Amino acid sequence: MDFGSHLIQQLINGISLGSVYALIALGYTMVYGIIKLINFAHGDIYMVGAYVGFFAITVAHMGIFPALIVSMVVTGLLGMVVERLAYKPLRHAPRISVLITAIGVSFFLEYGSMYFVSPTPRTFPRVFETEGLTIAGFTVNGQQLLIFAITLVLMVLLTYIVQYTKIGKAMRAVSFDTETAQLMGIDANRVISVTFGIGSALAAAGGVLVGVYYNSIDPLMGIMPGLKAFVAAVLGGIGIIPGAMAGGLILGIIEALVSGFISSTFRDAAAFAILILVLLFKPSGLFGKNTQEKV
Amino acid sequence: MAAMLDIKDINVYYGAIHAIKGISLTVNEGEIVTLIGANGAGKSTTLRTVSGLLTPKEGEIKFLGETISGLPAQDIVRAGISQVPEGRRIFANMTVMENLELGAYIRTDKEGIEKDYQMVFERFPRLAERKEQQAGTLSGGEQQMLAMGRALMSRPKLLLLDEPSMGLAPLLIREIFNIIVDINKAGTTVLLVEQNANMALSIANRAYVLETGRITLSGDAKELAASEDVRKAYLGG
Repeated sequence: MDFGSHLIQQLINGISLGSVYALIALGYTMVYGIIKLINFAHGDIYMVGAYVGFFAITVAHMGIFPALIVSMVVTGLLGMVVERLAYKPLRHAPRISVLITAIGVSFFLEYGSMYFVSPTPRTFPRVFETEGLTIAGFTVNGQQLLIFAITLVLMVLLTYIVQYTKIGKAMRAVSFDTETAQLMGIDANRVISVTFGIGSALAAAGGVLVGVYYNSIDPLMGIMPGLKAFVAAVLGGIGIIPGAMAGGLILGIIEALVSGFISSTFRDAAAFAILILVLLFKPSGLFGKNTQEKV
Repeated sequence: MAAMLDIKDINVYYGAIHAIKGISLTVNEGEIVTLIGANGAGKSTTLRTVSGLLTPKEGEIKFLGETISGLPAQDIVRAGISQVPEGRRIFANMTVMENLELGAYIRTDKEGIEKDYQMVFERFPRLAERKEQQAGTLSGGEQQMLAMGRALMSRPKLLLLDEPSMGLAPLLIREIFNIIVDINKAGTTVLLVEQNANMALSIANRAYVLETGRITLSGDAKELAASEDVRKAYLGG
């Protein structure tokens, strides 16, 4: 394989990995945008999503698409329950208390899952028969196509919800100025709950897709992708939805290029080097701008 | 006849700070009532308590005979009270149209909402020209108009205005105050908080003077404007 085709192959791999990062990063960024919390339990929500999908397929014998929807719904509800029980009572507490609680929720989900589903990795069934595409000598396998398609659909859907629906406008209003949003008659608590639900459902989709792609899931699988998605959200500009989408894709591509051309040993290092560089040179992220107020 | 808004002896605290010390006031249907006083007297705090952003520790607020103190802000809007907050607080990252849509958030009557967009655009023609523009790019006066239009979109029975003249040029202030009178004539009761006492007293029916969390004077707006004490303290002699 010459350099050019190797590059394109790595780009294809990078975009599929990056799509999953983007799906997780969206939840991070939406939650941050609305209550200024880095929800460190978000990676574990993604793990739970993978397991719900796994059991929907193996126990309930569902196909991949029904399993995906079931996983998104169940995990979305879990996200809302976590918010209600763990974060809502701390709405007026200092931010550090909420952050520490998020870390606690993360451990709870990780070790709670170990207790219930055992720490042994499970093999995700091959539910999506891979009739890959070969275009001009490049292979895009079936799972990658599935990831592209599902991610694209979910992003279009999310953009539609946030831009054009009533709840989406309420989300933007609460995120911009919670108090004034309440003066419009918006129930901020409900909007925050819905935001957790949507973010968790997106992460669940990422979890199921990763299960299909890598065939293996375990209760600690959420730690690394969770951190990577956090990097992706910061890279795009935390709190900015298109930023999370772009940040996830860019991070995935960089990781694929680093593993393809240098060594896969360095791919995690590359991701965290990006975090350091962003924080040093453009802390507001690629899509972030300095806001100013008119007086 | 019972007052539309009846504030009975409320005490409001910001943490340990006793900001409102036993204020009572009433607003009757159809009136423009103004609350004047120096910076820090508690004018904004009073409005924020009425709209539910703050909860009084003691005392009671009744609106149309129902107790509203203690309700969350979103329920008070539904009861028929809408606030134009101090500093306008428009949603700067959204378009003018989206700001108005959010103003109508509690409503579901599509036709009525359409009609009210037209009403707002007739009252504020400059907003009509800038419908699709980001609200943050509007001038200060236009932002004030948007904040008022947004508040009207909930079809309030009582409109609370917090310092609508703040940061505006004198000509623009006159325009805004003319619009407040028009809104009132069209049937909306107004409770107006102002530092610009001259302007406020010129359009109000009745007024209350607030000093460090207490009401020190109240009465007919014209009489207060003529009174020696008020002239000295608030109207520059």
